[in-house]
Amino acid sequence: MKILVFVQQEEGKINPVSIEAIAGAQQIASQCGGSLSALTFNASAAEAVTSYKVEEVLLTEDTALDTYSPLHFVKALQNIMEAESIDLLVLGHTYEARDWVPRLSARLDIPFISDSVGFKSKNGLTLVRSIYQGKFNADVAVPEGKSIVSFQSGAFRADSIESGSSSVKKVPVELSDVSDNIRPGEKFQEAEQSVDLSQAEVIVSIGRGIGKEENLQIVKDLSGALGGELASSRPVVDAGWLESYRQVGSSGQSVTPKLYLALGISGAIQHVVGMKGSKNIVVINKDANAPIFEIADYGIVGDILEIIPKLTEKIQSA
Amino acid sequence: MKICVLIKQVPDKDSPLSISDNNLSISESNITWVANESDSYALEEALQIKEKQSGEVVVCTLGKESAQQIMKDALAKGADRGILLSDPAFENLDILSTAKAIANAIREEKFDLILSGLQSDDQGNSQLGLLLAELLDMSHASMGMGTEMTGDSGIKVKRELESGWFQWTELTLPASISIQSGINSPRYATLKGIMMVKKKTVDELNAEAVGGDSINSKVQLKNLYIPEKSKETTFIDGSPDEISDKLVDIFKNEIKVLN
Ligand SMILES: Cc1cc2nc3c(=O)[nH]c(=O)nc-3n(C[C@H](O)[C@H](O)[C@H](O)COP(=O)(O)OP(=O)(O)OC[C@H]3O[C@@H](n4cnc5c(N)ncnc54)[C@H](O)[C@@H]3O)c2cc1C
Ligand SMILES: Nc1ncnc2c1ncn2[C@@H]1O[C@H](COP(=O)(O)O)[C@@H](O)[C@H]1O
Repeated sequence: MKILVFVQQEEGKINPVSIEAIAGAQQIASQCGGSLSALTFNASAAEAVTSYKVEEVLLTEDTALDTYSPLHFVKALQNIMEAESIDLLVLGHTYEARDWVPRLSARLDIPFISDSVGFKSKNGLTLVRSIYQGKFNADVAVPEGKSIVSFQSGAFRADSIESGSSSVKKVPVELSDVSDNIRPGEKFQEAEQSVDLSQAEVIVSIGRGIGKEENLQIVKDLSGALGGELASSRPVVDAGWLESYRQVGSSGQSVTPKLYLALGISGAIQHVVGMKGSKNIVVINKDANAPIFEIADYGIVGDILEIIPKLTEKIQSA
Repeated sequence: MKICVLIKQVPDKDSPLSISDNNLSISESNITWVANESDSYALEEALQIKEKQSGEVVVCTLGKESAQQIMKDALAKGADRGILLSDPAFENLDILSTAKAIANAIREEKFDLILSGLQSDDQGNSQLGLLLAELLDMSHASMGMGTEMTGDSGIKVKRELESGWFQWTELTLPASISIQSGINSPRYATLKGIMMVKKKTVDELNAEAVGGDSINSKVQLKNLYIPEKSKETTFIDGSPDEISDKLVDIFKNEIKVLN
């Protein structure tokens, strides 16, 4: 099996999720049998990858690939996968990968198993996907033919990567006929964040379980009593109940407080990536099967609307 | 402007979910079905574009007969007609095969725009709208958090990136755009809208009508299970009063965030 891992970079700086993907691809190569190469579009990133255990590092340089452009990325990978007869393409499941890899999958008619959380090597390669927003895992396989796999951030540990030494091989691609129907602009950030949640010791975070906007007051009271910062999952921000800078997760802030109190939050991966590094995670959720309990230090199966006011009262009189 | 909105039927967030005895499917008794969350935002975006530009909004789904309900809900909100792809042969289609079936069903419609949700809450492939872009030779953008028409032949999309970053991308029509939740405030159906549903049509297509024979899933589901817990959790129970007492004690003496 010929395996290729795509290494995403920005101005030569390798995306951390790509480092995890290299570690994952190394494990697949050794456990399922296969030869592993890496591919990147930047010379200094390529140089950096030569210090990891891979057969060779493919380097494709083209001004059209210097910054992200979906149609150019797809065409480049199409050429390289065909020229190198790749059986398995591995990537980190970044927002960038989400944007162009499905298109490659359709173009090459190769299935894309996206956002996998791990793999198993018994009877060939099986991928593990987390579905129903983290409630279940699914083992899936592509019994015949080629495949493309992306791994979620955290699926492999970056420090488990094996070092080695390999050389860089330049692979040219022909991109002059790529259409300009998609024209990406500059990246920008919206107004300054007015609360830096990453510095907070205590975060009281609410989810859709709060039910309605009027109920927010009890959470504000609790957060006040604990001297903490208020935060939330995405649906609370989408509904316009809290400012977007209070959102924790992949499209919001990442936090590591001493105490993260998760109230009425189910524990979807896009939320969890932003808070799993918290020192102590205390969860209150009425559903004992909510995935958020998987990462809880302390868990309470109960109704937040009943518990929050009581808790505030007790803290105030403590 | 001719717009297609893809909507998928998924279990309501509060539906109790369990795995069937075969360990290959979710038990469907007790499930309340709703439209996938980001798809509701996609529908709203389409309706707003239509209101500015005039045109037609067609909703399309591949699913069970029960998916008629989310079609009707969309028609009540203002979509003009529906296309339902339904056939027992569609069960367990992988996402690329789903895309091929839908592409075959809508190819001749020559839509200017396809809007979809960015990710389904059940399977979470985050792929379908982009697969269709390739299969139907359209431009694409994912994670739309804003759209702006630029003349008759283009659209600008504000894309959400990681950690609070954004990017505007200009697309030449036809385009397929996946929509992130929060882009707008989805409307509710009005009484008048609900009355109008009777006058609207939902075309049903089976596997044969969309070249079903040539569509074969390459991805095989082997096993479904509940993930293992990675952490040791101390569970606290009792009345709200007792729970609160214990929590205060933990905050003070274990986690030390209270004096
Ligand atoms: C690309 C992408 C990026 C995303 N980025 C983010 C992000 O940055 N941050 C983020 O949070 N999400 C993000 N999401 C959304 C994410 O996938 C989930 O949809 C979201 O986190 C769910 O929020 P929730 O847990 O509040 O709601 P739900 O999943 O609806 O969970 C509500 C929970 O509340 C519980 N509950 C209800 N009532 C009560 C009660 N009275 N008492 C106790 N418990 C109760 C329920 O049991 C349930 O577990 C993103 C999604 C995508 C696809
Ligand atoms: N069976 C389906 N029928 C209609 N639309 C779908 C279907 N599956 C996925 N979609 C659309 O594609 C989006 C992304 O789904 P997915 O690729 O499964 O994450 C969803 O939000 C829907 O808009």
